Parts: sequence; C-alpha cells; structure tokens
Amino acid sequence: MSWSDRLSPTVKSIPPSGIRRFFDIVAEMKGVVSLGVGEPDFVTPWHIRESCVYGLQRGYTAYTSNLGLLELREEIARLIHNRYNVMYNPRNEVLVTVGVSEALDLAMRAIVSSGDEVLVPEPCYVSYKACVTLAGGTAVPVPTSVENDFRLQVADLEVRVTPRTKAILIGYPNNPTGAIMTREELLKIAEFATKHDLIVISDEIYGDLTYEGVHTCFSSLPDMRDRTILLNGFSKAYAMTGWRIGYALANPEFIAAMNKIHQYTILCAPITAQVSAIEALKNGETAMSKMVDEYNRRRRLMLEGLRSIGLDCFEPKGAFYIFPSIEKTGLTALQFAEELLKEEKVALVPGDAFGDCGQGFVRCSYAASFSNLSTALERIERFVSRRLG
Amino acid sequence: MKELLELLEKDHTLTPEQLAVMLGMSKDKVTAEIERLEREKVIVKYHTIINWEKAGVDSVYAIIHVNIAPQREVGFDAIAERIYRFPEVKNLYLMSGAFDLSVMVECNSLKEVSQFVFSKLATIEGVVSTTTHFLLKRYKTEGVIMEDEEEDRRLAVTP
Repeated sequence: MSWSDRLSPTVKSIPPSGIRRFFDIVAEMKGVVSLGVGEPDFVTPWHIRESCVYGLQRGYTAYTSNLGLLELREEIARLIHNRYNVMYNPRNEVLVTVGVSEALDLAMRAIVSSGDEVLVPEPCYVSYKACVTLAGGTAVPVPTSVENDFRLQVADLEVRVTPRTKAILIGYPNNPTGAIMTREELLKIAEFATKHDLIVISDEIYGDLTYEGVHTCFSSLPDMRDRTILLNGFSKAYAMTGWRIGYALANPEFIAAMNKIHQYTILCAPITAQVSAIEALKNGETAMSKMVDEYNRRRRLMLEGLRSIGLDCFEPKGAFYIFPSIEKTGLTALQFAEELLKEEKVALVPGDAFGDCGQGFVRCSYAASFSNLSTALERIERFVSRRLG
Repeated sequence: MKELLELLEKDHTLTPEQLAVMLGMSKDKVTAEIERLEREKVIVKYHTIINWEKAGVDSVYAIIHVNIAPQREVGFDAIAERIYRFPEVKNLYLMSGAFDLSVMVECNSLKEVSQFVFSKLATIEGVVSTTTHFLLKRYKTEGVIMEDEEEDRRLAVTP
C-alpha cells in the first residue's frame, strides 16, 4: 500500500485550492504587481502592535481560558451590542478563536454529521466547502450571478434544500465578489432558514468594510440570534491577518460544543494577540475608519479603471475585491490570469477558484498601494486591448 | 474638503481626474475646489520631503530655543518676523514653556550655524537668550518616517 493510499479518503477528496495552484506560479516570478492578495496592505496600526510589545513586557505569556480572555470577550460582546444591538453573554456565548478560519471549522464540526448537507452560496471563500467536507458533510453549492449583483436568491436556495440540509453558510460582504446583502434581502434568507429549520453560519469578517449602505448583522434579524453562529475577527478591518484572532458568537449550546473541539485541538488563541485585540477594540476605531476610507477610494479607482479598459464590472460595495468579467476576451479565467501574469506580470486570481460560477471572472484585490493599482491597470489595459484587437 | 486636503497632503501629484474618481466628485468640481483652496491659502504650498543625507548633500540643522522680551502691541510677532525672514530659518514656532521661540535653521556647516546665532539672532533687540541644539539624525519629518521600510511581507497570492 502506498503512503497515498493510507491517507484519509475525506482529505483526498478535497481538491487543492485554486489559489494555491496559482500562487505556485506567481512565486517563481519577479517584478509582479499583485492584485491577488486577500489581506490588507496596511501594517497593523502601531498602537495595536505596541500593545503586544507592552503585553510581553508585562508577562502575558501564558495560556488563557479556552474561551479567550474575559476582557476580550466582554469587548467583543460590547462591540456587537453597540453596533448591531444584539446582546451576547461574554461568559458563555463568545468564543475567541485562531482566526475566523478556526471558528468556521469549529462551527461546521459542531453541527454537521455524516450525510448532512450545507448550502454554500458561490462564488465564496475557498475554505467554505472544504470545511463542510472535512466535518463529514456535503457542501451544496448555490450559484449566484452577476445579473443579481452576486446576491443570494431564495429561489436558488429553495431548489437545493432537502431534508438532509442542516445549515446555510453565508459570507457578506463577499470574498471574492465584493457583493453585499441588504437587510431586506437577508430577511428573506432568514425566513427561508426558519421555514426549513436551518442553522445559519454568517461569516461577517468583511462587515466593517461596507462602503455603501449599512452592514446588517445576521444575528440582529428578528428571531435569528439563536439560530445563527456569527463569525467575525480582526484580520481585515484592523489589518491583523497574521495575528490570527477571530471569534464566534452564538447561543450557549453552540458555543459549548465548539469550545469542546477548540479545547482539545487549539486550547486557546495566543495571549499576546488577544491582548492586542483588546487594544484594537478599545482604541482602534479611528485607524480602522481611515483604512476603510482609503479602500473606498481605491474601490472607485479600480471600478472606473477596469470599466474604462472595457471590462464589464459590477460595482462591489464591500470587502476589498472587484470581480470584473473577462468573458469578452474569449479566455477562461485561468487562461486570462496565467497569460496576464506571463505577459504583463500582474497577478490576480481566476474567479473559478471560488466556485464554478466564478468562471469568466477574475478577482482583483485593491488592497494595494495607489501606484501599484495604477501600474496594474495600465498593464491590464495593454493586455486586454491586445485581446480585443 | 478635508478628504481632498488629506489626499493632496499625502500625494500632491494626484491629478484632478484621479481625485475626482477617488472622491466620487466631478473633475470640474475638484479643479475648482483646489483653485479655491490655493487662492484662499488653505493650500499654502506643495512640498516635497527629501532625505538630503541620502542624496549626499551635507547640511547642518539646529534647533535654537530663544527667549525674547515681548514688545508692546506686537507681542512676539515683530521679533518673530525679523527671525523668520532669514533664509536659513526653516521653521519658526512660538512655544509655551521654558522658552518662547523654537527656530530651526539649516546651514552648510557648524560654523555657519554659530555665526547665524551670534551675529544675526542674538543681536536682535529683544532676544534675551539662545540655546542651540544640533540635530543629529532625522527620524521623522512632517509625519513621514525617513527610513520607513515597512516592507510588504504578504505572499503574492492569498485567499
């Protein structure tokens, strides 16, 4: 028996991430302007970094409670209450995790059993479907389309729901499209979830990066609090990706179940990062809003730039991605990304890395400096005009 | 308006077209606004910060704390004006605390700084005392960290 034969069939069944494959190509090249990065280009604000240094000086080097430092949980609960008017008890309804990725994994493993199905709108963050599979469930993709601004439609859910459907996993503002969902649209999803008695896992990591309209927290919808596992974290809004601090908010039963897995696997999130997360929540609002303003300006630049190049592009209203259609070039998303990289040294990510319905699109991140965005746009224009003749 | 000024303060090479897109305004409105701000001296000057040391130009900078006797009716202003008119004076601030004026000068040599202090500054009527501090290294100027190399440590492609 080969070593490969001895691997778990579940793990073997998961395809490698399309992003990973593309990263391998980019990694070998020099002088690349990258729009392929799914994280802020800002370094964590200094006062947050400084709090980590000071935390170490004060001897914050030990384990914390499994749920996380109580002070951090209190700050998280306060934030969600102040912002969305939903109350969570910091003692048993808040769990601090190693990034939202861990929170997502815990949520799936806490609720999904073998044979369960989870509805996953696409295009979506690359981990969503894999996490469902790793938990033993089946991810059921629900395509969204540019005609609906990549907003999830209840009709598309209705045709895919079955008696085995356990949950629905949504992530708005969306990576990779930048789509948002309004309160009215989410109310319809809530109605659907109630009708079919589904748990809703709502990944709101990009919630603070909403440029038009107001972000609606799914838990804040009527009767949704106890049905929802709300996921969020510090990576995007506070430019703290490498710190790996996320959190989950849910009813005590869900949190206890998630914490059971967390305590046997991770034990607790790193204390230094938790200390800094407290600083981010207490004093990070100004720095965050400055970064959000900057993303918004870049968003407008990219939208205008890509449209003037001749690429059809729906207007993203959240996150820091723009998702232009490259169909008129006659190339597949992967061809477009690979040829653009080879010919013009601009890295972006093929849309189908986020699900089949992302074919014909590419994800461009505008978490890049103004000069890099300008250079990338010039190069994309050259590339596209060659293709369009 | 504040947003426009912040953008220009950070990078005055942005064109009205670019600013218009970034701010969601029309190009004509941005152009008119900039002209008004310049006319009203809200935008005083477009400035470039240069690391002269890196450019191989050796200048000597000093910050001089000056105590002065304020004059009737004009207070500190008349003496301040006499000082800021000297071309070697780069910055001049009226301060609270142990001294009255903070004068930053740029000269070609230590000798030139001393000459400025004893022949020009200290001889002004009303200047009571001066304390000269030589600037050894410039870490941050006008909000810009001079050696700031917070490299982009991100991977080229991430989820």
